[in-house]
Amino acid sequence: MAAGVAAWLPFARAAAIGWMPVAKCPMPIAPRDDKRQDELIILNVSGRRFQTWRTTLDRYPDTLLGSSEKEFFYNEETKEYFFDRDPDAFRSVLNFYRTGKLHYPRYECISAYDEELAFFGIIPEIIGDCCYEEYKDRKRENAERLMDDLEENKDCKLPDMSFRETMWRAFENPHTSTMALVFYYVTGFFIAVSVITNVVETVPCGATPTQKDMPCGERYMVAFFCMDTACVMVFTVEYLMRLFAAPSRYRFMRSVMSIIDVVAILPYYIGLVMTDNEDVSGAFVTLRVFRVFRIFKFSRHSQGLRILGYTLKSCASELGFLLFSLTMAIIIFATVMFYAEKGSSSSKFTSIPASFWYTIVTMTTLGYGDMVPKTIAGKIFGSICSLSGVLVIALPVPVIVSNFSRIYHQNQRADKRRAQKKSRMTRIRIAKKGSSNAYLQSKHNGLMNELLDLTGSEGDQLHLNKTCSLLESQHHHLLHCLEKTTAHEFVDEQIYEQNCLESALQSYPSRTPSISSQEGLTGTCCSRRTRKSLPLPNSSMPALHTLSHTQGLQELSTIHMHCPDPQTRVVSRSSLNMQANEVGRIHAKERQTTAAVISFQTNPSVTAEGDGHRSSNVRPSIQTTASSNIVKVSAL
Amino acid sequence: MEAAAGGQREGGKWQKPRISRKSLVKCCLVKWIISSTAPQGPDSSDSDLELATVRHQPEGLEELQAQTKFTRKELQSLYRGFKNECPSGLVDEETFKIIYSQFFPQGDATTYAHFLFNAFDMDRNGSIRFEDFVIGLSVLLRGSVNEKLRWAFNLYDINKDGYITKEEMLAIMKSIYDMMGRYTSPCVKEDAPLEHVEKFFQKMDRNKDGVVTFDEFIETCQRDENIMSSMQLFENVI
Repeated sequence: MAAGVAAWLPFARAAAIGWMPVAKCPMPIAPRDDKRQDELIILNVSGRRFQTWRTTLDRYPDTLLGSSEKEFFYNEETKEYFFDRDPDAFRSVLNFYRTGKLHYPRYECISAYDEELAFFGIIPEIIGDCCYEEYKDRKRENAERLMDDLEENKDCKLPDMSFRETMWRAFENPHTSTMALVFYYVTGFFIAVSVITNVVETVPCGATPTQKDMPCGERYMVAFFCMDTACVMVFTVEYLMRLFAAPSRYRFMRSVMSIIDVVAILPYYIGLVMTDNEDVSGAFVTLRVFRVFRIFKFSRHSQGLRILGYTLKSCASELGFLLFSLTMAIIIFATVMFYAEKGSSSSKFTSIPASFWYTIVTMTTLGYGDMVPKTIAGKIFGSICSLSGVLVIALPVPVIVSNFSRIYHQNQRADKRRAQKKSRMTRIRIAKKGSSNAYLQSKHNGLMNELLDLTGSEGDQLHLNKTCSLLESQHHHLLHCLEKTTAHEFVDEQIYEQNCLESALQSYPSRTPSISSQEGLTGTCCSRRTRKSLPLPNSSMPALHTLSHTQGLQELSTIHMHCPDPQTRVVSRSSLNMQANEVGRIHAKERQTTAAVISFQTNPSVTAEGDGHRSSNVRPSIQTTASSNIVKVSAL
Repeated sequence: MEAAAGGQREGGKWQKPRISRKSLVKCCLVKWIISSTAPQGPDSSDSDLELATVRHQPEGLEELQAQTKFTRKELQSLYRGFKNECPSGLVDEETFKIIYSQFFPQGDATTYAHFLFNAFDMDRNGSIRFEDFVIGLSVLLRGSVNEKLRWAFNLYDINKDGYITKEEMLAIMKSIYDMMGRYTSPCVKEDAPLEHVEKFFQKMDRNKDGVVTFDEFIETCQRDENIMSSMQLFENVI
């Protein structure tokens, strides 16, 4: 519950009078308010005095200023609380108490601010939405800086890294060791050599008297083949080594860089495998084109290339739109030109697709001149086409370029916001759940306290007493009144699911008729049946944990420490699923029973009595009236 | 600027239409262009601005002390809390719903908050001032049992005609059950509010005429021990 609305709690409680005439069950007793007078507290932070009401600080009892921890800082002579901290940062801390919202001042250093928050016991996650993004940004930058520092220190080789890990690190960060650097440069050199060979082998070398002019590739076939082989061998070795060193081979094989590697070396092997078969040599020639992909291997060596690739990927939609609008314009003008030139003889505009070429060449202001319109209409439209080409292409290009950088940053910010939105929703949900969980927990605490009072054990009482502010207890009382009005109870989501499941099961005949016959006994507003075969509900254990089933059995054994020797326990196999109260009842002699759902890890002994004692079955978290009934029985 | 475009002088020679600024403005095409590019008309953001600039100062402490049963200190503390949450001095229905919903995280408190708002907003002007707030609270916290019952009756009587009909009661009951939310034990059935209303009417409606008047209401409540004791519950809230 936000502090801001804490001031309205008295109003909400007063308005609860509206429920009284229609309430089904009698109302619980209100918590007493001992402190009547509100007083001013002086907080002296490094000489600057802040004053506020005591109740303002009491709104958050789990922080330093809201709890009794501040008494450590109380100065008797001056009757004020002295803190030797930064007064500027303290302003936001105090404003948090006043308004319920924590703000992050931009001029403040992030680590200094974090320290102040930690000192005053405030978790940074409750920073308000207005400042949260900024805070997270600064925090991330700081964390990155720390990580960089850390990595620089970590670059000295850790003694217990396996050979595989060393190799992977060497591949990823060439500057870590000399070997890595050498490897980096060698591969780079071979990529360059390979690319240059591919280029040069198509250049026509000088004609010899015997043969006509032929490309160098065919003339010095052996030499080129040897160079190609050498390059491919280096690439293959490199790929295999990376594959070996990769921490996750499957993920490595799926990555873009490894696909490029494979595509770069595959043509060679395919070429080796294939013989000089005339049919497939055509396909083989096409394969050689793929050798040019080796140039993309440079992207491992160049950070800038990687960023460009990423930018293009992220601006794909903008580029796509540009392409789309260009295509529209091309189709329009091609159609127009085709129909305009249809009449003229020996026109090159034989079809609309043929006119595409003219349109593209004209719009990009290339103007090769291989296709020119001859009719007047064609020339008119042709000129319109070239003018519009200037507009369509030349103008957006700078805009697109600036868009790149803008959109790149914007995308990053949008992603950040989306990620933060999810976490923001989660925070809100958690806060809501926290407040309702707090209520359920305090209900249970109240119950346990009552039961413990009656059974007389003191040991557990202390361990259940949570610091609950007056405000919280009043709020819980309000919710309790609402429960009484409608004769229904607030429960946790999991228990609700179980109940629904159970009520579905209720339509089937029960296995142990003795249980079902006992239902009407308690006769209070809300009663529940035993669970027969469903797993133990862990509803009554919020004191230890958030409600979760799986851990139930384990933790319960810790509370169960008081349970004495098993022989005296009257437990039957079917009571394995029994609720806590019943256990409390059955163990009437044992004054130290805890009213928790207890797991029966000791030997259950079957007795006939067990069935007889069993009555219906209210969970301890339910109502105080029901539990008081049960407890009375246990005194028997 | 005189001559309108396309205007023809009465009985005169046909004059060539002159394009003047006035005539241009009259052209519907131009009007459309201007209206589509002009900023949009008053929308919600403007009205938000309006509400924010309205401010209300409450009456002095002495008058409020006279009208309510609170002490000076109590009024001071109440006003501080009120002003903290609503700096403009007025609570409108939306803010009220938001504040009230914060106390009931599991369910939906907006409908009940709406009824509550109407019960507090006595002059029905759509906002609660501090005086309304404090007078209502005075009845609830310091009033006699009869006054409290009258307030509750007023709350249930949605149209303030002096009678509680079944429909009104059903609406109120549904809104109360809404505040419980989904996760309750036992599960809230569809007809739970209706059932509750039936029980209530059975108890309250003496002459079985389908409506509950204020006298019937008072009479029944005075007979019920639980109700009378629960009315005293919140005496010490402030």
